[in-house]
Amino acid sequence: MIKAILIFNNHGKPRLIRFYQYFAEDMQQQIIRETFHLVSKRDDNVCNFLEGGSLIGGSDYKLIYRHYATLYFVFCVDSSESELGILDLIQKMYEKVCLSLQVFVETLDKCFENVCELDLIFHMDKVHYILQEVVMGGMVLETNMNEIVAQVELQNRMEKSEGGLSAAPARAVSAVKNMNLPEIPRNINIGDINIKVPSLSPF
Amino acid sequence: MPAPIRLRELIRTIRTARTQAEEREMIQKECAAIRSSFREEDNTYRCRNVAKLLYMHMLGYPAHFGQLECLKLIASQKFTDKRIGYLGAMLLLDERQDVHLLMTNCIKNDLNHSTQYVQGLALCTLGCMGSSEMCRDLAGEVEKLLKTSNSYLRKKAALCAVHVIRKVPELMEMFLPATKNLLSEKNHGVLHTSVVLLTEMCERSPDMLSHFRKVLILVPQLVRILKNLIMSGYSPEHDVSGISDPFLQVRILRLLRILGRSDDDSSEAMNDILAQVATNTETSKNVGNAILYETVLTIMDIKSESGLRVLAINILGRFLLNNDKNIRYVALTSLLKTVQTDHNAVQRHRSTIVDCLKDLDVSIKRRAMELSFALVNGNNIRGMMKELLYFLDSCDPEFKADCASGVFLAAEKYAPSKRWHIDTIMRVLTTAGSYVRDDSVPNLIQLITNSVEMHAYTVQRLYKALLDDISQQPLVQVASWCIGEYGDLLVSGQCEEEEPIQVTEDEVLDVLEGLLVSNLSAPVTRGYSLTAIMKLSTRFSSVNRIKKVVSIYGSSIDVELQQRAVEYNALFKKYDHMRPALLERMPIMEKTATNGPSEIVQTNGETDSTVLDTKHPPTITQPPSQGNDLLDLLGGNDVVPVIQTSLPTKPPSAGGELLDLLGDLSLTGAPPPAPASVPSVPMSQPPFLLDGLSSQPLFNDIGTGIPPMTAYNKNGLKIEFMFERSNPNPNIAVITIHASNSTEADMTDFVFQAAVPKTFQLQLLSPSSNVVPALNQGNVTQVIRVLNPQKQQLRMRIKLTYTYKGSPVQDLAEVNNFPPQSWQ
Repeated sequence: MIKAILIFNNHGKPRLIRFYQYFAEDMQQQIIRETFHLVSKRDDNVCNFLEGGSLIGGSDYKLIYRHYATLYFVFCVDSSESELGILDLIQKMYEKVCLSLQVFVETLDKCFENVCELDLIFHMDKVHYILQEVVMGGMVLETNMNEIVAQVELQNRMEKSEGGLSAAPARAVSAVKNMNLPEIPRNINIGDINIKVPSLSPF
Repeated sequence: MPAPIRLRELIRTIRTARTQAEEREMIQKECAAIRSSFREEDNTYRCRNVAKLLYMHMLGYPAHFGQLECLKLIASQKFTDKRIGYLGAMLLLDERQDVHLLMTNCIKNDLNHSTQYVQGLALCTLGCMGSSEMCRDLAGEVEKLLKTSNSYLRKKAALCAVHVIRKVPELMEMFLPATKNLLSEKNHGVLHTSVVLLTEMCERSPDMLSHFRKVLILVPQLVRILKNLIMSGYSPEHDVSGISDPFLQVRILRLLRILGRSDDDSSEAMNDILAQVATNTETSKNVGNAILYETVLTIMDIKSESGLRVLAINILGRFLLNNDKNIRYVALTSLLKTVQTDHNAVQRHRSTIVDCLKDLDVSIKRRAMELSFALVNGNNIRGMMKELLYFLDSCDPEFKADCASGVFLAAEKYAPSKRWHIDTIMRVLTTAGSYVRDDSVPNLIQLITNSVEMHAYTVQRLYKALLDDISQQPLVQVASWCIGEYGDLLVSGQCEEEEPIQVTEDEVLDVLEGLLVSNLSAPVTRGYSLTAIMKLSTRFSSVNRIKKVVSIYGSSIDVELQQRAVEYNALFKKYDHMRPALLERMPIMEKTATNGPSEIVQTNGETDSTVLDTKHPPTITQPPSQGNDLLDLLGGNDVVPVIQTSLPTKPPSAGGELLDLLGDLSLTGAPPPAPASVPSVPMSQPPFLLDGLSSQPLFNDIGTGIPPMTAYNKNGLKIEFMFERSNPNPNIAVITIHASNSTEADMTDFVFQAAVPKTFQLQLLSPSSNVVPALNQGNVTQVIRVLNPQKQQLRMRIKLTYTYKGSPVQDLAEVNNFPPQSWQ
């Protein structure tokens, strides 16, 4: 059982989070912080498995992660998953996510590792849809990435035919990319901030 | 109202924020806009708003106000809306809120939708967050989809079924018919999820497991699929680094493991394929190792042939030498799983495993440590322990506690000699003192007490350790205790094992007093050291100095310490004649198997309070384990004399040693300590109260009709037992004892104690008084409650101590003639 999939960057800023067990919002942020703390202090030449996340799971759970350039892909799994298998899955998923995002933004950057984080930020929803075809309810659904990408593409096309979430996003993104925005250097700790929401009717 | 900004614009804006506060401000502004848009029931941009909300949710901002909007999106006709709506529902909704139930109907409709992608979304959402109510309502639809020919839906339905079974196990039966054809499917996605479903069913229900073994006969089918996967040539669809669908192979191997576990026929049927996988898998890449690893685990788990098991262990041995850290990690993990069954095979890789202790990677280190402890046995303990102690010395703080308790356990089990055992524990205390479990102090004390021949050596070692370092509290506590007990041995320097050191009494006292004033010492440690000083008053000649120290602490601000000091002071002043007996060396504690660390789990603080709570001077240095030993002693089925007669050194003058033994139990009626120190024991109740107490049980006796009996009648002391069966629990017999004295002098310091065989449990309440008045002028009453769950014949051993005309008297008696009504 996969309990959570977390993608965050080298500063601990979340890029995609998916929990397969309910956690309150502030707990989710705490888990991200703890996981980032555990994972980020590890060298790149140590093994990709880690025990000891106290907030999520327990002794049966371990973190399986991969680090790609600016991004950490972390799966929190229990003993019913194969450690090495998940490691392969992350690798495959990463490759496909990068590839499909490149297809999506219609630019094939030479150095696609750097592209990836930015793409992830601007296409969070699309990455969620890909993930949804890979893992369902904490269980691996499909490992044939070609099949996944094809299915997601078909769905995206359906969406586009309806006008889409927002027209012409690709142009906007490539414009941003050409601006060559610097990577945010700050390490933002969001969970500590409590935003006062004016009381409104729940509807 | 203008159209709300797009998701990507929002993201871009947020990314321009220079500070946290700026970002928060932007988000708040946007949230306000989204709320007002929601209020206006704007259908066109709802999906866009929810998408933005999901982004903010990821960043950790509250987004719960979008929950109902998600439901509205799900109900929409547009695919775009449904897609983001279902995603939002999965991210924002929680089955503990009733809102989610509003989705049930929408999901039901969508499960029957004409577009497979809408059906897929509904299945995915149900499989992620369906509550048990939802699962009950929708299980029928899921089951229908599980039988469809559409592989995209079928694989999702299979996983959804797993979720349904997890939520509502009773629904499992419902999916049984559909499982029949699952494995004949060609699509790998469906096969993969079907295997997951079958695994879940096997794990949840033994009936299903035997059904799949015997009726559906899954094993040959799985073997065939696995064989096809290995044999089939390259297929680009499923290839991962040259291996065909390793994910499916891994899943099948896991299911085979469950099917083959303790089942001969199934195991037999899969032996060949496992051997084939184990030998044919290409291991130059991670994937191959993943499969090999699962194969090994399956081989170890099922009833496989011995040759196959050797092969499996050798594969793991190869893994251990692999350059890839991940492979080494899984090798250690799986060796840990197999070490119980194939201990010797794993032993062969011991040196490699021990080497992994030096790895830089904490994950590998932890596994290696666990495995190293599992490998310790009587033959290799010295070598292994050397490595592990070295590891304990150098490892990160996070490992120390586990490592220390591992060393204790292993040392207890396999120690080659007592001296080695003591040395090892002391080494742990000096290197990782602050990380050890709190029960290690009493355990070590018990160990030391029991190794009579090691006393001189131990106390000398501990004294030296104390000179080096007084910051490691557990060590200091043990050292104080030992110096208190065996201070005479330390000063006389009669240690044969090591070069004796020359210490004077004053030097020893200096050290102990140093502990009392040191601000490194915990309050508990101070207690230990004060008690040690007190004990030394009978072993050393410098009594005056000790008196002085004790009286100084009589006004300590630490209440516990003060109490001790006041009690000890009273011992010096009022009961000086008993002091030598009370401060006797502790008897050897009988170690019972259950008396190990698992039983006494107390923190240092609690330990201390048990010692202090009883507030009898004799309990001075009793470690908490003493209490347990006494319980054993009293409860012994074999008839152990209540007094340990193995103490030839006991002075004839006092019954101190029994009090020593019993001190912790607070059985009451201790010899008169300073009155202030026994608030918990009502010893001086006014006589009229007793009369009232004694008459009531008498009355009850008549009611229940159990005749009273005389349990003891000797030297003018008569003890009668009155019985009463407790109403709520007929297994409890309440016995009230009445002690009367027909001689012409009072019997003072009267203590009545009782012991019963182990099948009984006995509770001794406080006596009404400790003086039995002369000439039958009054009674001492005491209530005993005996729990007799097996309704066996009651037997009891009683012990009486009292002072008659200034001289102590004690006697033992066995009581066997209990009336049958009292125990039947």
